[in-house]
Amino acid sequence: MMQPVWLSERVQWIGAFDPGMRSFDVILKTPNGTTYNAYAVRGTDGVAVIDTVKAECSEQFFARLEAVARYDEIRVIVLNHLEPDHTGALPELMRRAPQAKLYISQSAQLMLKALLNRGDLDFTSVTTGDTVSLGDRTLRFLHTPYLHWPDTQCTYVEEEYILFSGDVFGCHFCDERLFNDKVGDFRFAFEYYYAHIMRPFREHVLEALTLIDPLPINIIAPTHGPILRDRPLCYVQRYRELSSQRLQSEVDASEKTMVIFYISAYGSTTLMAQAIRDGAESVPGVRASVYDIEGGDADLFVDLVEDADGILIGTPTINGDAVKPAWDVLTSFAKTNVRSKLAGAFGSYGWSGEAVRMVEDRMRGLKMRVPLDGLRIKLIPSEAELEECRQYGRQMGEHLVGINAPRVVDMADLLASKKQAQAEFNAN
Amino acid sequence: MSKYNITFADINTTVTVPRGTRIVEVAEKVGASITFGCKENDCGNCVVEILGGAENLSPPSALEQELLKVKFAKAGSRLACQAMVWGDVTVKPA
Repeated sequence: MMQPVWLSERVQWIGAFDPGMRSFDVILKTPNGTTYNAYAVRGTDGVAVIDTVKAECSEQFFARLEAVARYDEIRVIVLNHLEPDHTGALPELMRRAPQAKLYISQSAQLMLKALLNRGDLDFTSVTTGDTVSLGDRTLRFLHTPYLHWPDTQCTYVEEEYILFSGDVFGCHFCDERLFNDKVGDFRFAFEYYYAHIMRPFREHVLEALTLIDPLPINIIAPTHGPILRDRPLCYVQRYRELSSQRLQSEVDASEKTMVIFYISAYGSTTLMAQAIRDGAESVPGVRASVYDIEGGDADLFVDLVEDADGILIGTPTINGDAVKPAWDVLTSFAKTNVRSKLAGAFGSYGWSGEAVRMVEDRMRGLKMRVPLDGLRIKLIPSEAELEECRQYGRQMGEHLVGINAPRVVDMADLLASKKQAQAEFNAN
Repeated sequence: MSKYNITFADINTTVTVPRGTRIVEVAEKVGASITFGCKENDCGNCVVEILGGAENLSPPSALEQELLKVKFAKAGSRLACQAMVWGDVTVKPA
């Protein structure tokens, strides 16, 4: 049970099985647990340990490690990222192998101290192109930031053609048969892991793939789930498919996409959405579409959000708040990268109309760009108010394609418009 | 009080501000696409390129310089949460 698993004559899996895990990092579910994969690599000049395991699983890790190496043989410890599920056993490992040198990525330096709450740790920071020799085995580092931690790196053993990829190409799936050609069907877990962990960073995935592509690879050894030794490049290819912008290949590259989500109780916010769409559509190069949140599911809209250049949300105000389906759509934004996308909010209200400002604040909080104050209309929009909606849509469209007229504003007015909005609410 | 112009090139918008205003105080409100994180010189999210008037910003502190270095920021870049407007300046997100 506590035996190591051989990947090759010189490389062993010394990780841990955690079949009881059901909910990972709050956001992920797993129906059969997960594994924390750690590895030992032996060269003529000592042993390297690549990643460790969650603190609670240390016993398995040390038992397997002791079966393949003595502590005084360990010269190198590599952490591909510092997340606690891979660094839990690190302090104890360093206590048992005090001579070993720790290698982490440059961006990991800032985190190491905060994570272990020890300032006395000695380490070497490495980046793409750096190598460490174990005699007849060589570790080469690839800096692959943000996948899915800022400090993520991959480690490649040149003579073995094995890529230790960290969380990249991993999944939460626990099967003691361990190799992708032996375990049960884990495709759902692989896709689910990408969608929830890697997807928000897809630009960085593509950058990492350019570093990985030139390497001859026999085995991909991630930190969670099955070890990919049967056709490993299929998984690389799948990452490329999932990370490539799909919409752009179907629409004119110069065209900008605006997605307008709305939900409406009595049809007023619907009328606003349609008028805003008409206004945006009048701007050459803007392709605007409306989607009723009530007819979809927030998760369904993630594809739309991911490839949209601008996103508007229309919601009525009910009991002083935006309605839950609108918040659900906003919550789903975190599954992809919305940073710097153009954003705006609008909605009809009957009494006080707080929803629009609240949604805008949330959009700013997600680092979206909100260039214009959102549009609030009391109850049923008049023809003049619908014209206001069309104008708002047009202005947002102009911002989207970057032809908005130059603006000069005074800081005092900027702050005043916020205060004025506040005063309006208070008066109501 | 003397007033100066800070121009956000990405959105073609100029804001007139009193001397000593930090870029962060107006950037989000006008919808510039500078992305902020901690706003306290720690995360390095809000790196901006200075297209003109670099000499009109308050000089970077040692801490800011250190963070820009760790973030591999282009020479002459600044953190929008730190730099104060002391004269006319034009910026864009890095």
